[in-house]
Amino acid sequence: MNNNSLSISIPGISWQKFQSLIAILLLSALLAMLTDNFLTTENLWNVLRQISVNVCISVGLTLVILTAGIDLSVGSVLAFGGAVTAGLLKNGVEVPAFNLFLEFTVMGAIIAGLSVSTFLGWINGIAVTKLRIPSFIATLAMLTMARGLTMLWTGGFPITGLGDSFTFIGTGWLLGMPMPVWITAVVVGLAMILTNKTKLGRYIYAIGDNEEAAYLSGINVKRVKMIVYSLGGLLAGVGGLIVTARLDSAQPNAGFGYELDAIAAVVIGGTSLYGGRGTIMGAVLGALLIGVLNNGLVLLNVSPFWQQVIKGLVILIAVGLDRFQAEGTE
Amino acid sequence: MGKGTQETPILEAKHISKSFAGPLVLKDVNFSVYPGKVTALIGENGAGKSTLMKILSGVYTDYEGQVVLRGDPVRFDNPRQAQEAGISIILQELNVLPNLTIAENIFLGREPETAYGTVDKQQLRKDSKRYLEMLKMEATPETKVSSLKVAQQQLVEIAGALSYDAKILIMDEPTSALSDTEVEILFDIIREYKKQGGAVVYISHKLEELFEISDEIVVMRDGEIVDTGHTESFDRNRIVKGMVGREARKVFIRKKADYGEEVFRVSDFELFLKRETGDCNLHDISFSVRRGEIVGIFGLMGAGRTELLEGLFGAFPKQSKGTIFIEGQQVAIRSVEQAIRAGMALVPEDRKTQGLFLGMSVSQNLTLAALVSRFPGVMAPEARERELVTDYINKLNIDTPSPTKPINQLSGGNQQKVVISKWLATQPNILFLDEPTRGIDVNAKREVYELINQLAEAGKGILLVSSELPEILTLSDRILVLANGTITADMDREEATKEKIMHAAIPNR
Repeated sequence: MNNNSLSISIPGISWQKFQSLIAILLLSALLAMLTDNFLTTENLWNVLRQISVNVCISVGLTLVILTAGIDLSVGSVLAFGGAVTAGLLKNGVEVPAFNLFLEFTVMGAIIAGLSVSTFLGWINGIAVTKLRIPSFIATLAMLTMARGLTMLWTGGFPITGLGDSFTFIGTGWLLGMPMPVWITAVVVGLAMILTNKTKLGRYIYAIGDNEEAAYLSGINVKRVKMIVYSLGGLLAGVGGLIVTARLDSAQPNAGFGYELDAIAAVVIGGTSLYGGRGTIMGAVLGALLIGVLNNGLVLLNVSPFWQQVIKGLVILIAVGLDRFQAEGTE
Repeated sequence: MGKGTQETPILEAKHISKSFAGPLVLKDVNFSVYPGKVTALIGENGAGKSTLMKILSGVYTDYEGQVVLRGDPVRFDNPRQAQEAGISIILQELNVLPNLTIAENIFLGREPETAYGTVDKQQLRKDSKRYLEMLKMEATPETKVSSLKVAQQQLVEIAGALSYDAKILIMDEPTSALSDTEVEILFDIIREYKKQGGAVVYISHKLEELFEISDEIVVMRDGEIVDTGHTESFDRNRIVKGMVGREARKVFIRKKADYGEEVFRVSDFELFLKRETGDCNLHDISFSVRRGEIVGIFGLMGAGRTELLEGLFGAFPKQSKGTIFIEGQQVAIRSVEQAIRAGMALVPEDRKTQGLFLGMSVSQNLTLAALVSRFPGVMAPEARERELVTDYINKLNIDTPSPTKPINQLSGGNQQKVVISKWLATQPNILFLDEPTRGIDVNAKREVYELINQLAEAGKGILLVSSELPEILTLSDRILVLANGTITADMDREEATKEKIMHAAIPNR
């Protein structure tokens, strides 16, 4: 018996990973030939920095999708989390009831922003488990509500001038690596431990695979789903911090449409929308493929309109291949 | 065998045999239906009643033998052809489209058309009204079926069948969802239909109904017709005798066991589940299981066997109440997790939908319940899991190339052993086994029997639910019978006979 006998091993997924990896390498090789500046250290860090937000969101989304759910609210939750952090940092908050004015340190503002995003995710979880609203609808409602809250909080104007110690999160370097990449690496590492090594991770796969069997095995299905949706909100909040810090500005329309890029990354990475099958690494590679593609198309001066068409085609091909293989093996 | 009648049958099955990749489920069956008569068909679960009806109505097209309609041999390729030839079947499960109206359901696929090719709503309403009046339904043809009660939905289905101008109507347990008054309406319709020369095949477990409505009774057992005759010539005893047969073959002998102390007791258990397919209402359920004892629960289809086990297992905390004692201690069971922690385990009825995680490995399937109840902490204890898995693969002789193999690559019998292992790994004191040998081959069955026997010898209390009488008789030390929502009999193995069990299992209306 080999040592990994208990690691998540799902047929098709390793090949899937391999497949996205090959696609990334082929694409990179092509871009290296066609352009002068693709294969430069600066550009490669640039790619990683650009995909970091999508990776954070995609990791949270993968957890939700593994339980056979979906979270469409990530883009709006990202915006609200970022705006709350920026607003508290810049303006503090007044509590009229106690005649209090609270100022926030960078750490305090970050914690507040992340708490708020987690809370919105938790509400998604309540809607899905307690109110039994399909996740597509529940998180669609949250997409609208969180965007509205962001507009209310910011008054529709960007909050800028957040100070160097905060923008360091988005623009700084540490030990030769950009901060957003550090943050993303930690998120990915923790998520891999969660899915592969913890009991909770096993329950997440089990629920997505067969919810009734999971229930009859004693798994508290509702609690696991609550945790998963909350984590989805938290990771959207982390994305919000990176976006806000990188631009030194909380934009009221930040994160618009990010849920689509995240779904694309998760799906290209081989995670099944029916739940139970997929990996964190898959989502990372999916986000990387989209990132390299975006970067390459810009470097090649392809018109933004064509960029969208090509991105759509890549999603179709990636998922089409997956289906094709699934039919072959069954 | 009783002689039927001298009239000419409208529909006949001649020397019909049928198998589903394996043993014959119908063996050389001859069956006739007469115009103006109701033929009742009765038999144990799995006796072959539904299979026979599905052949007559064109659902199954692959069989040996001949179907003869009005003297001419016919072979239907699909249910539609049978319907057009005048044979309609009403299945146990509802087959209505809830979001369409009553009229649209009745004439689905055959809507009257206007000159422009659109649906002629006027005509549709007029036609539907006729059937609604016939069925004494007050709803208008425009009513959405989803707003109707289950019983009325059933009537809509019957209207659909009648609208084909069916000369032969097959009803498979049509009354399971109906109230007494609705049953009376249905019977009035059947009598009227008979008067007009229609033939009816009526399948039901409810003897009183059969005696009330049928003219002929046909009893099936193990894929054969074992008794037929005029209804007046039958009584309850004759039917039960036919259903259970004479000989009780024993392939496996349970050894005489020594019982220990009481390990499980439930008193005044109640469960009420509201469901589309008919409510499940269990009440006044009290019994106990001792260490080393195998208690069998027998019940016919729809008696609530599975619901009872799942209810005791904490799966319906809001819909059930009752007091449960484990080893003399009263325990509160409000969730499955609490049930497992209290030492209970449930091997569920349907392996694929309730037991297995088909995308996961043998190992992950095997340790999941133990992960919930036995191993504290956040991380999955991989080393201990590996031990557990190796242990059970050896102990239960599970045939798998490696523990990391996806579970869906194992045979049914081995999958079932994994599911049983999953529950043994929680170290239970009391095991609920719901149809533990369903869908596995004879050898695996024997192994499972021996395993159950060993578990009892090791001092576990076992509650075994089965719809197979021989299985219950072979394994159980004591037998409970579930019918009418409660326990109708409690007997020791020595006093139990197939007849006694079947008498208690057939519900009163």
